[in-house]
Amino acid sequence: MTTRTLAVVSGGLSNPSSTRLLGDRLTAAAVEALKARGEDTTVEVVELRGHARDLADNLVTGFPNEALRTAVDTVTGSDALIAVTPIFSASYSGLFKTFFDVLDKEALVGKPVLLGATAGTARHSLALEHAVRPLFSYLRAVTVPTAVFAATEDWAGPGGADSALVGRIDRAAGELADLVSGRPATSRPVDPFADPTTSFEDLLKGR
Amino acid sequence: MQFGIFTVSDITPDPTTGRTPTEAERVKAVLAIAQKAEEVGLDVFALGEHHNPPFFSSSPTTTLAYIAAKTSTLQLSTSTTLITTNDPVKIAEDYAMLQHLAEGRVDLMMGRGNTGPVYPWFGKDIRDGLELAVENYALLRQLWREDVVNWEGKFRTPLQGFTSTPRPLDGVPPFVWHGSIRSPQIAEQAAYYGDGFFHNHIFWPPEHTQRMVEFYRRRYEHYGHGSADQAIVGLGGQVFMRTNSQDAVAEFRPYFDEAPVYGHGPSLEEFSSQTPLTVGSPQQVIERTLGFRDYVGDYQRQLFLIDHAGLPLKTVLEQLDLLGEEVVPVLRKEFAALKPAHVPEAPTHASLVAAAGGGKDSTVHAPADSVTGQAR
Repeated sequence: MTTRTLAVVSGGLSNPSSTRLLGDRLTAAAVEALKARGEDTTVEVVELRGHARDLADNLVTGFPNEALRTAVDTVTGSDALIAVTPIFSASYSGLFKTFFDVLDKEALVGKPVLLGATAGTARHSLALEHAVRPLFSYLRAVTVPTAVFAATEDWAGPGGADSALVGRIDRAAGELADLVSGRPATSRPVDPFADPTTSFEDLLKGR
Repeated sequence: MQFGIFTVSDITPDPTTGRTPTEAERVKAVLAIAQKAEEVGLDVFALGEHHNPPFFSSSPTTTLAYIAAKTSTLQLSTSTTLITTNDPVKIAEDYAMLQHLAEGRVDLMMGRGNTGPVYPWFGKDIRDGLELAVENYALLRQLWREDVVNWEGKFRTPLQGFTSTPRPLDGVPPFVWHGSIRSPQIAEQAAYYGDGFFHNHIFWPPEHTQRMVEFYRRRYEHYGHGSADQAIVGLGGQVFMRTNSQDAVAEFRPYFDEAPVYGHGPSLEEFSSQTPLTVGSPQQVIERTLGFRDYVGDYQRQLFLIDHAGLPLKTVLEQLDLLGEEVVPVLRKEFAALKPAHVPEAPTHASLVAAAGGGKDSTVHAPADSVTGQAR
């Protein structure tokens, strides 16, 4: 068995948070689905609320402080990402967007990502498709086809969730596990301080 | 080891009074600061180059020439000279001229500039930034080292039989540093030529500085200029001091909170722990500065930023007194005691002339007239 790292970014602000709750459900389902495919999983959760000021500081200074650096490294170094945001004003929350704004633009290239969102009513559900998915497309992440939306009314039923929601969670988790399973472990990005592959003579000749 | 100050020439409101100095006041203040630097025993004054408000220093050689005339030992440098948007021909001419006026007390630090819009102001394209830095600097070196230059490149018109005048003083071009915060290619360029590398070492965590300097040292050795620990490294730093450290913090905080670049973000305390900023007593500045050596090795030049964010001239001059009287004498002694003998000092005009086997007049006289046989 190989061990995969699964990072979870939750943009929920309240406590308890339905966004975190959706993140936890998706995580549990993904861990199960990976296990069924012969993969052990280590889960690392990044709660963005705890980095609200760190993120604002990063916007001003241009660099992440140590706490945020750790969170960024967790996400960029993971084999897969579950990203869950509340829907505010028809889109992801500003805090959620800010986290992805401060990442290196290459940080998520090729990374399998499962998207989730929560809101008060189901009328916000397509925000996942018109706002959240394009963000990750821009970052060239590989999003799974099923993005999971949960409205307040979905948190009812046996086991605390509507059976249709549970079905979507399981389907999305299976899609994520299919993407992760059998892939080589995530390699670290190219170190810009490794000895250059282009010689300075070539730079001088304009090559 | 050389100690000095560098300024970006910003004209920023004093947040404690709400008053913004005029250009005339700020220009005069910087001249006073430079002269005071020599008076208190510092070695280097470096001036930035910018072409937009809130900065005044669009013409550094004019300013540095004035300072050269008013000083006698101060080394004059730049922080930085825009190698991307200036015509290398004009850099070659201007700084050779300054070298003559200052009797050799001149070096330069090349940089790519901090603002995208500057490129089109000088007919350049920001997408060519790195290539411009490479081509322009190669031409600049040639103009200083060859009396007659034939050249063709991508970014300016070709040169045929061109002589840049005046020729460098004593036939020795000024020493060049290359400054970059995070472009390994610029550190590579410095290493390739055996030039100095300067990291501004302000506003960013020291890890950035450490990685860039390590890379530069490794590549300096790769190109055969000496061992990695003999590479020529300069660092910036930002300090504010009062005898009593609580007074320093209380006095600097309003300037910190409103400062361009980092204001309205982290607290002074957070920023002080995340970056090399030191606000406190002269003893704290000494200890912090000595600690820089732990992550960059023995280095040759330390420049402090002391006059930005709207600090009044009087306060800046007091900072210089503290640097000159309490901080730099101790740093000089301590750094010298730690430095192994095989690690060189920063090159100066005198050391470069000596290395060249002595100075020689390198005047290029105009050719004789083909009719009269006499010089035109």
